[in-house]
Amino acid sequence: MSVREDILTAIREHHPPPRELPEVPDFHRATDNSLSDLFSRALARLDGKTVAEPPTDLQMWLTETFPDAGRICSAVPELEGTVTPAEFSDWAAPADVDVTVVRTPLGVAETGSVLVTEKELEVNTIVVLAQHLVVLLDPADLVENIHDAYHHPSFQQAAYAALLSGPSGSADIGGKTVHPAQGVTTLTVILSPRPASEAIPEGATR
Amino acid sequence: MRVALMVPCYVDMFYPEAGVATLELLEKLGVEVDYPFDQTCCGQPMANSGAVKQARATEELFVRNFAAYEHVVAPSGSCVHHIRNKFTAAADTAERRHVSAHVWDLPEFLCDVLKVEAFPWAEFPHEVTLHVSCSAIRGLFEQSMSERPNDPWFSKPRSLLEKVKGVEIVDFDRPDECCGFGGTFAVTEEAVSAAMGNDKLERMGASGARYVVSADLSCLMHLQGCAHRNREEFQFLHLAEVLNGKVQ
Amino acid sequence: MKPIDQARNALAFLEDDTHEHAFDQLIWGLRERRDAAAREVPEWEQLRTLASEIKEHTLSNLARYLELFEARAKRNGVQVHWARDAHEHNQIVYDILSSHNVEWLVKSKSMLTEECDTRAFLGQRGIEVAETDLGERIQQLDDEPPSHIVGPAFQKTPQDVADLFHRVYGSDPNRPDPVYLAQVMREQTRPLILDAQAGMTGANFAVAETGAVVTVTNEGNADLSANVPKLLICSVGIEKVIPGVEQLAVFIRLLTRSATGERITQYTSHFAAPRMGGEMHIVLVDNGRSQRLADERFWPSLKCIRCGACMNTCPVYRRSGGLSYGSTYMGPIGIITMPSVDIHRHSELPYASTINGSCSNVCPVQINIHEQIYEWREVMGAKGEFSATKKAAMKVADKLLSNPRAYRVAAEAGGSALGVLPRFAIYNRLNAWGRRREIPSPAEETFHQWYARNRTGAAQPPETPAETTEAKAVDDERA
Repeated sequence: MSVREDILTAIREHHPPPRELPEVPDFHRATDNSLSDLFSRALARLDGKTVAEPPTDLQMWLTETFPDAGRICSAVPELEGTVTPAEFSDWAAPADVDVTVVRTPLGVAETGSVLVTEKELEVNTIVVLAQHLVVLLDPADLVENIHDAYHHPSFQQAAYAALLSGPSGSADIGGKTVHPAQGVTTLTVILSPRPASEAIPEGATR
Repeated sequence: MRVALMVPCYVDMFYPEAGVATLELLEKLGVEVDYPFDQTCCGQPMANSGAVKQARATEELFVRNFAAYEHVVAPSGSCVHHIRNKFTAAADTAERRHVSAHVWDLPEFLCDVLKVEAFPWAEFPHEVTLHVSCSAIRGLFEQSMSERPNDPWFSKPRSLLEKVKGVEIVDFDRPDECCGFGGTFAVTEEAVSAAMGNDKLERMGASGARYVVSADLSCLMHLQGCAHRNREEFQFLHLAEVLNGKVQ
Repeated sequence: MKPIDQARNALAFLEDDTHEHAFDQLIWGLRERRDAAAREVPEWEQLRTLASEIKEHTLSNLARYLELFEARAKRNGVQVHWARDAHEHNQIVYDILSSHNVEWLVKSKSMLTEECDTRAFLGQRGIEVAETDLGERIQQLDDEPPSHIVGPAFQKTPQDVADLFHRVYGSDPNRPDPVYLAQVMREQTRPLILDAQAGMTGANFAVAETGAVVTVTNEGNADLSANVPKLLICSVGIEKVIPGVEQLAVFIRLLTRSATGERITQYTSHFAAPRMGGEMHIVLVDNGRSQRLADERFWPSLKCIRCGACMNTCPVYRRSGGLSYGSTYMGPIGIITMPSVDIHRHSELPYASTINGSCSNVCPVQINIHEQIYEWREVMGAKGEFSATKKAAMKVADKLLSNPRAYRVAAEAGGSALGVLPRFAIYNRLNAWGRRREIPSPAEETFHQWYARNRTGAAQPPETPAETTEAKAVDDERA
């Protein structure tokens, strides 16, 4: 018998009595706050920043916010940057990127999370290896909670899908979260509607 | 109403005044109290150690002593938790099940069966801290627990103590963290046990109160041991003693 | 091998006052933050029930869900392997790595690879593994196992880490500042990550519906380990599988809140397929789990999602330190899982608990942890795992407490109640009680004697009350 069959047989022989799979409610909650407000407050808990008013000139905003940034990786049409993901053949290469700018297809108000997948990133490491991460989020792409979030088709389709909820941090020394850790040192989410030209991703919940 | 009084072994030997207070209090409340003479212990010391076989005869003796009564009352949440929820060493008979289903920790009996509204004879003009044991909280559900912060707050022992004239209950940090007694744990892990006891006393002491009241003397026996070793001026009382009104 | 003496190990930890106090404060802080997080979710208890039911459903259909998971993962282009035990797991991992000529790799935190001692196995065969989780890396550098499943280095103070980094990296020993120390680690570890030939991760969940391995980290080190190198190996315990993403949502909402009191971690990452140009392997590991599934008392421990909440709340854990358990899993969850791995070696662990019940009530998947600890004690009794002193003490207690007359003589012989107490309660080790505590003074008169003096004679029990008769009738019917 193969190892696989061996294990599966042992499990089949040992199953506890069958139990039903419960239904999971959506747990929506009535609130006076907008999803954007809930989102930005949740994101702040893990030291992420929200820019509620989208800057009219994204390039200028970047220059002002990250004055020392030389290498800017843009994965969005709104910004040119100095390098695009397609230019990285080696996935370790984005380590010298100062700022990465991407657009998220989904934001979660409950947790202050933004979703990224290989579809937006092309090179997955641009969101972890860069020094700073800037994420554009259309407020229309916000959902209330994690239950809603998992209805997003990316979780069925993407090879890599990550919910980012703050800059990389660690509480391993002394129990309080500090930065830097191994990933980005800051995370800024700009609430910025998609340009009219940009099609809504197919099947995305709006 | 006629009930049987169970006096736990350590209360019998070390804190008879708590047994007397329980008896007198029940009598004041119009209850006819029997004290079955052949009682020894509920078997918890063995059962709690995992010695099921060695707990059997003691548990069965308990069943023989108490099965004939409509209610069994004990001034000890720990023993009652054992008798109600863990009485499995004894043979599973109708008598055994009757005893398990009809045993009450004193605060439960006063709140749920007698529904006592007042203790007009009692007065205790002091600041006190109330220690509610883990058995009483998470075994008998006499009080809501900090682990479930969305449950409505309630406390049977506290509601009783609040009815005594003059009592001022003061709160302390980590109120429902275990005191470290834990039965045989107090000896097998004596260092951790004492550290837990000392931490508990430190937090109680910070509240300013010098009286510690509980319906579980096993916890208090341990805390008293810690306090006396550290020469701390705490007074330890069973809840029944305060409710009975003979301590001032 | 002798049983682990948790009590003695705990004593050593306690005698070092600085660490014990700092550890208790730090870990209790996590418990308090967990309470606050639960308080702001009105459906908290409902979520716990759902999580428990989902896990129980999955475990009662585990073979089917594993097959679904495997089929979907394969469809995604992932290579799936099966390992019966730690050795098979390590061998599979080694074979994959050596076929790619990997000499060294980066790894994110995984309790399963701790369980399998994978690092040592690979190290002996010339493959070097660098941990990328800060706490795990600290423990690796200090050659110590994790002291906590979420924060492996929680038992170390910032000063300990400053000293360690000074020793290893030559950093400033006089800066016990977590920000500085984290910066040192980032600088030291980054080159290792960028040059790694392979990456390893564990799994918090394995989603049958999508074939994804889900990791939850605050540093993003699973993302780095999985995405920077082209070769990825995920080690997954077979109990980690769950039906689908709808169920995943329940666990994601509970996990971090239970662990640290945050609503979520910084990186909740789903790896379903190899990255572009890469190769992804999943090793499904049994290592005793199918056997535990067969045990009607202890199988619910397989519901565990490794949040550490039971340790954070455990007053014994907080004052003993995580290393005192001498086992891969520590604290309450360790007590109920380790004996099924090696009963004799872990026969004393079930006694490292006051069975206060707090652990079961913080557990996000409602494992009846404290009841299982109690039941493990019964197993130790039944399997003859008692020490000679415990055996003797239990025998004496049995004889004495089941015999009213003998008991009375012992309890009242010249006020020598003290002579009884140690025998039935404390195994003749009266000095163990008295080492740090005063012994209670026996009363001059027991309650029993008082009663005999003040009340008239012994009670005559009433006639059998009606309820008992009814119960008896029901009982007879059943028979």
